[in-house]
Amino acid sequence: MKQTISVLVENHPGVLARISGLFSARGFNIDSLAVGETEDPTVSRMTIVVDGDERTLEQVKKQLNKLIDVITVQDLTKTKFIDRELILIKVGVQNSKDRAQIIEIAETMKANVADLGLHTITIEAVGETSHVENLIELLRQFGIKEIVRTGKIAMEVESKEKTKTTEEEEE
Amino acid sequence: MTTKMNGAKILVESLKKEGVGAVFGYPGGQALPLFDALYGSDLKFYLVRHEQAAAHAADGYARATGKPGVCIATSGPGATNLVTGIATAYMDSIPIVAITGQVKTFMIGNDAFQEADIIGITRPITKHNYLVKDVNDLARTVKEAFHIASTGRPGPVLIDLPSDVQLAETEFHYPHEIQIRGYKPTYCGHPGQIRRAAKMIAESKRPVIYAGGGVILSGAAKELREFAEKINSPLTMTLLGLGAFPADHELSLGMLGMHGTGYANHAVQNCDMLIAIGARFDDRVTGKIDEFAPHAKIIHIDIDPSAISKSVAVDLPIVGDVKCVLSELLKIVHRPHDKEWTDKIVEWKEKHPLNYKRDDKLRPQYVIEQICEATKGDAIIATDVGQHQMWTAQWYKFMRPRELLSSGGLGTMGYGFPAGMGAKVGRPDSQVFVISGDGSFQMNIQELSTAVVNNIQVKIAILNNSYLGMVRQWQEFFYGKRYSHTKLENPDFVKIAEAYGAAGIRIEKKEEVRPAIEKAMHTKNVVVMDFKVEGEENVYPMVPAGKRLDDMIGSMA
Repeated sequence: MKQTISVLVENHPGVLARISGLFSARGFNIDSLAVGETEDPTVSRMTIVVDGDERTLEQVKKQLNKLIDVITVQDLTKTKFIDRELILIKVGVQNSKDRAQIIEIAETMKANVADLGLHTITIEAVGETSHVENLIELLRQFGIKEIVRTGKIAMEVESKEKTKTTEEEEE
Repeated sequence: MTTKMNGAKILVESLKKEGVGAVFGYPGGQALPLFDALYGSDLKFYLVRHEQAAAHAADGYARATGKPGVCIATSGPGATNLVTGIATAYMDSIPIVAITGQVKTFMIGNDAFQEADIIGITRPITKHNYLVKDVNDLARTVKEAFHIASTGRPGPVLIDLPSDVQLAETEFHYPHEIQIRGYKPTYCGHPGQIRRAAKMIAESKRPVIYAGGGVILSGAAKELREFAEKINSPLTMTLLGLGAFPADHELSLGMLGMHGTGYANHAVQNCDMLIAIGARFDDRVTGKIDEFAPHAKIIHIDIDPSAISKSVAVDLPIVGDVKCVLSELLKIVHRPHDKEWTDKIVEWKEKHPLNYKRDDKLRPQYVIEQICEATKGDAIIATDVGQHQMWTAQWYKFMRPRELLSSGGLGTMGYGFPAGMGAKVGRPDSQVFVISGDGSFQMNIQELSTAVVNNIQVKIAILNNSYLGMVRQWQEFFYGKRYSHTKLENPDFVKIAEAYGAAGIRIEKKEEVRPAIEKAMHTKNVVVMDFKVEGEENVYPMVPAGKRLDDMIGSMA
């Protein structure tokens, strides 16, 4: 089970090491982790996608909360949220037919051609994880040379339906 | 009117503002400015002979007094030598503040002489740590360090101080209050949860209280006793919980777990309500985890949310300070006293008493019983790790909190002697005994120098069986008596004591035990008692690792 956790942390050197050290020391698996400054320059936000059972995820949240440099831990899976990921996919091009097809797929999938070369095309796409993964699947037939992903960033929003319903805890 | 002072002086002044009564440490190149500031200051400094002992002494001081202990070392090897002591304090939630020198800020990361990334090294074994790069941050950092170390679930905090920051000057203002936005420990339990707990307790037929070190850290021994008496519940303690409840109380079951009493383990396995208070379900306590307290609903009171349902799923958690939660619970909890359960406990106590062979031989358990009798249970006992530690837990009757100092979580051999020194420094009017083994004592034997030079009159009882006894016991039970590297050939501990200027007594016969202890108590010096005990005595009962708590290997006596 994957869960998206949004963590506000002090924007200090060493904080990332504390978080990643906690995950490795306690044997938690990180699927992805994205970090950036927030509207308050003294605070950074980390979006962490964690894989594990309910009990592991509870421990992850509690252990994160214990870190002094962690200001808040929000389990987005229990809220209305949107998530986005940026992906760059470099695809091999054998002939002009391939090239035309790749560009067509990109356009249909609302992705952009970031680089057009003789032997490769690089596509950039932004979207939910399922969207970028669809794109990968569609492009796989042409021979993917390289993939770079930012990892997921996520934000609680006002209007969107709850993506998953999880029972609220009593405490 | 404030005048400028350098970082080293600011650190010393900050320690004074925190009311630090003693500092244990060892100097070195990158701590020179700091030691210059200590020179002639009225901070009481104890020069150890190995930095590890400084950390353990700070820990012992903290456990005995309840105030944070402080240790100082230089960069690189000085700092890494503190690591075992810091990890020991971390595992047992003991408040210490460790201060290390560091190479100059512009040299950090250059593999400079005596450079070690102590922040990186201690990150997983401190509650928090700081590298101070700007002298203007120093006073606030010290204030935060003491606050973090001693509040919530306590723990060690390390401050790494580069030597150029020690020399940089600024005005000294010690903050009165600090705000740490990511640190707000919960103190009072949720009233709804406390009400629910009271209801569950009222309905229980066979309750057992399982009390841990958190009771002592919280200063809640009085509340614990009132609580146990009010609900008439038998009470067992972890190693770190010993002393939280008087050993001679009729509700006391002594220690539970791997070397716990048979009656404690049977009570836990048969109870219908387990009330865990300031304890963390350590594997040495639970045995086979999915068959631990199988019939019980579990209430868990702990200040650390991450301790809840970490290894054992609990039915009702109450996050909060033990003292505060128990006080609230005491106001509303009622439980009809019925004799059936307490009678059952009495039956187990009669059927499975702690025991050892009471013959003419010099047996280690006897030595501990005699220390307990001679001191009338009114002493601070520091132990090392191994068989002697478990025998101490079983045979010494701890009546009050903060009188047993022992490395429970990390199991650090070499802890006892320096921790005992720290305790004696913190509570000079108390009698302090170190109960150690011939293996453990040699891990910090050099501290005889520190103790003698500073006249820290601890009394050291070595239960000398010429073995690493606990490992030998496991080899006997589980490795076909193949005693691989557990036989020790030891030096003459009496001569060693005398060479350091301490008093040494060798005890080879049972009848010499009590007189030797009396003599040690009345000798105005550090005393080393070398008890030549039976070599292959075992600690019973024993729950083999991974077995159910009531699956005990009993006494063979």
